[in-house]
Amino acid sequence: MKKKDIILIIGILAAALVLFVIYQFLLPGDSEAKLQITVEGEVYGTYDLNQNQVIKINDTNVCSIENGIVSMSEASCPDHLCMNQKKIDSRGGTIVCLPNRVVLGIVSEAKSGPDIDAISQ
Amino acid sequence: MKRKTAYLGLFAAVAIIFGYVESMFPVFVAVPGVKLGIANLVTMLMIYLYSWREAAAISVVRILVIGFMFGNLFSIAYSLAGACISLIVMLLLKKIGGFSLIGVSIAGGVAHNVGQILVAIGIVENFSLMYYLPVLLVSGTITGLLVGILANQVFVRIQPLLKRHEGGRQ
Repeated sequence: MKKKDIILIIGILAAALVLFVIYQFLLPGDSEAKLQITVEGEVYGTYDLNQNQVIKINDTNVCSIENGIVSMSEASCPDHLCMNQKKIDSRGGTIVCLPNRVVLGIVSEAKSGPDIDAISQ
Repeated sequence: MKRKTAYLGLFAAVAIIFGYVESMFPVFVAVPGVKLGIANLVTMLMIYLYSWREAAAISVVRILVIGFMFGNLFSIAYSLAGACISLIVMLLLKKIGGFSLIGVSIAGGVAHNVGQILVAIGIVENFSLMYYLPVLLVSGTITGLLVGILANQVFVRIQPLLKRHEGGRQ
């Protein structure tokens, strides 16, 4: 390995660390956060995280909210990657089922981001 | 020239087998999208033994064959995007100079991951996928390092052989 290789590795790892810190700590979770389910890029529904419930998404996926933690409990896709993904809570994160194009995401009521997007689209 | 065609066919076959074997053994199941990228070994060898044309041709052949046999149209799109960006970055680094095969491989692995996540964001239209970026940067570095070490060893051994064979007829 040459000197430039090492610099490259350190640079990439530093970038990863910075991004991780930004995602993890600078964007704190809030109690207003809601679960938003998106299918093929279109909003399927928004659900309260404080309420335990099981949500059927079309006929392809089933996700559940338990004590503010969201997980995918059933999926019709062959690999079931989405069911093994990290559970998400009010701090944010996503669970993606690529074959069914289903995205479980956390949206915050406080931020006006999604509204602006909805209008501009 | 005929000899080169035969060699390229061999390399393409090896690349396809690597891709297939890899699809059977998920390395890190917990994080989707993370794999060893051993097929990149062949792409690296192509860049160093021949040129970007051979590397691009073999990448496309591999992705199409693997995609039609074991994947679907989406997986082909992801793979093509990843391979394209990865190849461009690797060529760039090689041109800049000063990097060993390992550095080039790492850059290629990371670029591949970033390219795929960008395509995924485009397809599912959701920017929160960006959360995966740090994980994919780190995993790309590790897998790139492993593949780079391997590629370096293979290159050192295969280059003299290839030189001798190609030179023999000309």
